[in-house]
Amino acid sequence: MSVRVYDLAHARAGDKGNTSNISVTAYSDEGWQVLRRELTPDVVLAHFGHLTPGPVRRYELPQLRALNFVIENALGGGVTRSLAIDPHGKSLSALMLTITLPGHNEGTPGG
Amino acid sequence: MARDRIRIGCGAGFADDRIPPGVDIVERGELDYLAMECLAERTIARETLDRAKDPSKGYTPVLLERMAAIMPPALQRGVRIVTNMGAANPMGAARILRKHAPEWGCPDYNCAVVQGDEVTDIMRAHPELALMEDGAPLESLLPRMASANAYLGADVVAQGFATGAELVITGRVADPALFLGPMLHAFGWSYDDYAKLANGTLAGHLLECSGQLTGGCFADPGRKEVEDLAGLGYPLADVWADGRVEVSKTPGSGGRLDVATCTEQLLYEMHDPTAYITPDCVLDASGVTFRQVEKDRVAFGGARGKPRTATYKVVVGYFDGYMGSGEMGFAGINAVARARLGIEVVQERLRRRGLTYDEMRVDLVGMNSLHGNDDAACPEPYEVRLRIAARTPDKTAAEAVGAEVRSLHMQGPSGAGGGVNFGARQILAVKSVLIPREWVTPEIVMERAA
Repeated sequence: MSVRVYDLAHARAGDKGNTSNISVTAYSDEGWQVLRRELTPDVVLAHFGHLTPGPVRRYELPQLRALNFVIENALGGGVTRSLAIDPHGKSLSALMLTITLPGHNEGTPGG
Repeated sequence: MARDRIRIGCGAGFADDRIPPGVDIVERGELDYLAMECLAERTIARETLDRAKDPSKGYTPVLLERMAAIMPPALQRGVRIVTNMGAANPMGAARILRKHAPEWGCPDYNCAVVQGDEVTDIMRAHPELALMEDGAPLESLLPRMASANAYLGADVVAQGFATGAELVITGRVADPALFLGPMLHAFGWSYDDYAKLANGTLAGHLLECSGQLTGGCFADPGRKEVEDLAGLGYPLADVWADGRVEVSKTPGSGGRLDVATCTEQLLYEMHDPTAYITPDCVLDASGVTFRQVEKDRVAFGGARGKPRTATYKVVVGYFDGYMGSGEMGFAGINAVARARLGIEVVQERLRRRGLTYDEMRVDLVGMNSLHGNDDAACPEPYEVRLRIAARTPDKTAAEAVGAEVRSLHMQGPSGAGGGVNFGARQILAVKSVLIPREWVTPEIVMERAA
């Protein structure tokens, strides 16, 4: 059974230079366990690989059930010179939420 | 006059932020201080150019419109204001406000101007400095440099308020420092008191993007609801002398402020949560917790601070050529194929004109413009817009991009509609360097009625 990150978490994207950072915050403890286990930097890089060669770093904030992904080289050369229609990558939080993970649906016991 | 608690509101989170919620928080927020953050990374470069053309300009263009709305109610209520809308010319901002304030019905006031962030001469004297982005020498940018500004800290904002000024106008100051400054002034916190600096910096970080703490950038219908998003209120912080902080928002305003919105904003534009570097401290936010005190009121704990670094970060703005762009729409049967033909035609026409570009980007809006999806994998939408954008040192070549796109109306594929030529704009890019603190001399200059 697979689950979308969208079903487990909410996300927000920010920018600094040519680096995007995207936080992923679980709605529940069960969802947090799935995210922590499955939403690895490699999984994220694979999903963003058409935008950036990476690297992707992940920071964990378990007390907030949150992960913070730092995705380098993702903003078309940097906010100030990017040709992208969304140079800040504000919409990239929604791309993160489209990732599908192996796991349980939210609310399913176990995890 | 020692106070046990102060209340600081956020009145703007970017240069063109909405003005009415700023007025609302002044009128109904029972504030002691109002901070307005209006400088993005590159805007100060643009405003440095304005100043070069007209020495009286160079402040944030929206300054007068915003302050005409904000200053009268703030000054009448004793709300003291700090803003970085001075941009490339804080003294110019102070003078133009002094000229107009009587027309706005403002009571008399004192204004403290923060200077010293402008460091272009220091940059020219140190071409050996390494750029943080790629390690290349600063020298490579100097011929194209438009601006260079150090991110000053909260100490100089506090000094501004210590003059008794009702209004403190700055150029480049670290965003959270606009909020930490009033705390340092009101409570006399020391730079050795890392726990308090951490809490104050975190409060500033949470508040500096205005509505992003209070339900902006959050709503997802059916999944994450925000009550009265249209009436979104701006955030405020109650700060106690012992360093305790609770964040809330304009009473009765729309939006939502809870652990979820605070968590999203905590990590906004943060990289390593254990080391969020500001001029005032290195904030370790990795252990931060949030607690809902009541509806739309959240307390936080667990922020840790480490000593400020020995350096200031400087953002160098530089010219990086021109960008031209245009869009054209297609709909109905075979819309995507017609859009693709339009792209080919524009590219071929630019090529035959002998125009070249450092980088060209094509998007099919409705399919791949935001997430860069492989459009072969996307279902074809009923309608789509082609967008072409290109960067080049040549202004004429940049202008040709949007013009060729727009001419698809008459000389492109069938049914091309809704074309827009966005023209060419000069690109002001930014890179960063670190410089020793002692190279910079922040200072306060009072601006008073003539």
